[in-house]
Amino acid sequence: MSGKVKLHYFNGRGRMETIRWLLAGAGVEFEEYFFETREELIKLQQSGVLLFQQVPLVEIDGMKMVQTRAILNYIAAKHNLYGKDLKERVLIDMYVEATMDLNDLIMRHPMQPPEGREKNLALIVDKATNRYFPAYEKVLKDHGQDYLVGNQFSRADVQVLETILMMEEMKPDILAKFPLLQGFKARISNIPTIKKFLQPGSQRKSKIEEKMVPQVMKIFYG
Amino acid sequence: MPGKPKLHYANGRGKMESIRWLLAAAGVEFEEQFIETKEDLEKLRSDGLLLFQQVPMVEIDGMKMVQTRAILSYLAAKYNLYGKDLKERALIDMYVEGTTDLMGIIMYLPFQPPEAKEKNLALITDKATTRYFPVYEKVLKDHGQDYLVGNHFTWADVHLLEAILMAEECKSDILSKFPLLQAFKGRISNIPTIKKFLQPGSQRKPPPDEKYIAQVKQTFNV
Repeated sequence: MSGKVKLHYFNGRGRMETIRWLLAGAGVEFEEYFFETREELIKLQQSGVLLFQQVPLVEIDGMKMVQTRAILNYIAAKHNLYGKDLKERVLIDMYVEATMDLNDLIMRHPMQPPEGREKNLALIVDKATNRYFPAYEKVLKDHGQDYLVGNQFSRADVQVLETILMMEEMKPDILAKFPLLQGFKARISNIPTIKKFLQPGSQRKSKIEEKMVPQVMKIFYG
Repeated sequence: MPGKPKLHYANGRGKMESIRWLLAAAGVEFEEQFIETKEDLEKLRSDGLLLFQQVPMVEIDGMKMVQTRAILSYLAAKYNLYGKDLKERALIDMYVEGTTDLMGIIMYLPFQPPEAKEKNLALITDKATTRYFPVYEKVLKDHGQDYLVGNHFTWADVHLLEAILMAEECKSDILSKFPLLQAFKGRISNIPTIKKFLQPGSQRKPPPDEKYIAQVKQTFNV
């Protein structure tokens, strides 16, 4: 019996944010259940719904899905955002895996001790501008199309946009040397479902405030 | 023009080992070009062969594939080891992500400082026996079938066997409380392609030794 998609996480980005983006990009409505204390997370773990005692958890199509990538793969395939064949899928996978590597660095950044913060930021900016963004810029340049893969909107476009916006929060001019990515950002941001998600009041979460970080760490690590 | 897939990596397990396992399980012969020095890695990079300047990289079907999960998903789908539909794929993805997490912890063990080794070994044993193996034991118990998903051999079975063997290298009796996994291990090890891969002289790589660790640290700045 299908109902709405239900997300279980804390009220912040973390690993769930990419799932929110993809659902929103696909035009899929979802409900959210936030846990706010360690006790609530433990209760969730004890209830037996978390296959590996971890979140994200997404209830969808009668399944209690865990593992971020498994969830993203399922949503993308179900909503035709995973390319038309195996070759397009592998390109999409290569591109999104790299965004997830970069997202991981961004996510862990606030957890760095203050003295390491500046160096860590420089590392992330270096990776974005010298490793990841040049690759996507070249992809767009080589085929001259609007979307990253197969001349149609896919999860690769959603996930790369998400990463671009998070990098811009860290360094506003991060796209300075990437004119095609600037065009890409504007184009994808204007897709109706994405545009809606980018408006205030959507389920998109804000960047975590530094003072909240210890609290969030406490929920997950005690 | 099809030839054998060609793997580019260090001469050791690391992130490439799961790819070797899957190719072997599928009965696919492959060649390997080992990166042994910084210069080897630099050459791959400056020749433009690495989309994100990283390995693993697998040359297959006219593509230079990177990102471990992208490569594994492609191989699984190509060789019909990814389930028969979206729901089986979701289960496979969830299970594989679990074994990836477990093998990830084990993989980094040799690179930890010696004083942390005992503590990390205890962590691995704890995670394996309280978080991961109970899940797979229960999956097998609940459906009573020989394979993890869909009553047929899939990538999930290959990956779990790999994880079991790696965990046993850490603690030889790690499966003592998991009778169904013991039987599973026996069964999957006997599949002809797997059996061949488990024999001496195959392309399966041994656990890292001091020499390998030093080489990897030098070449990859780990």
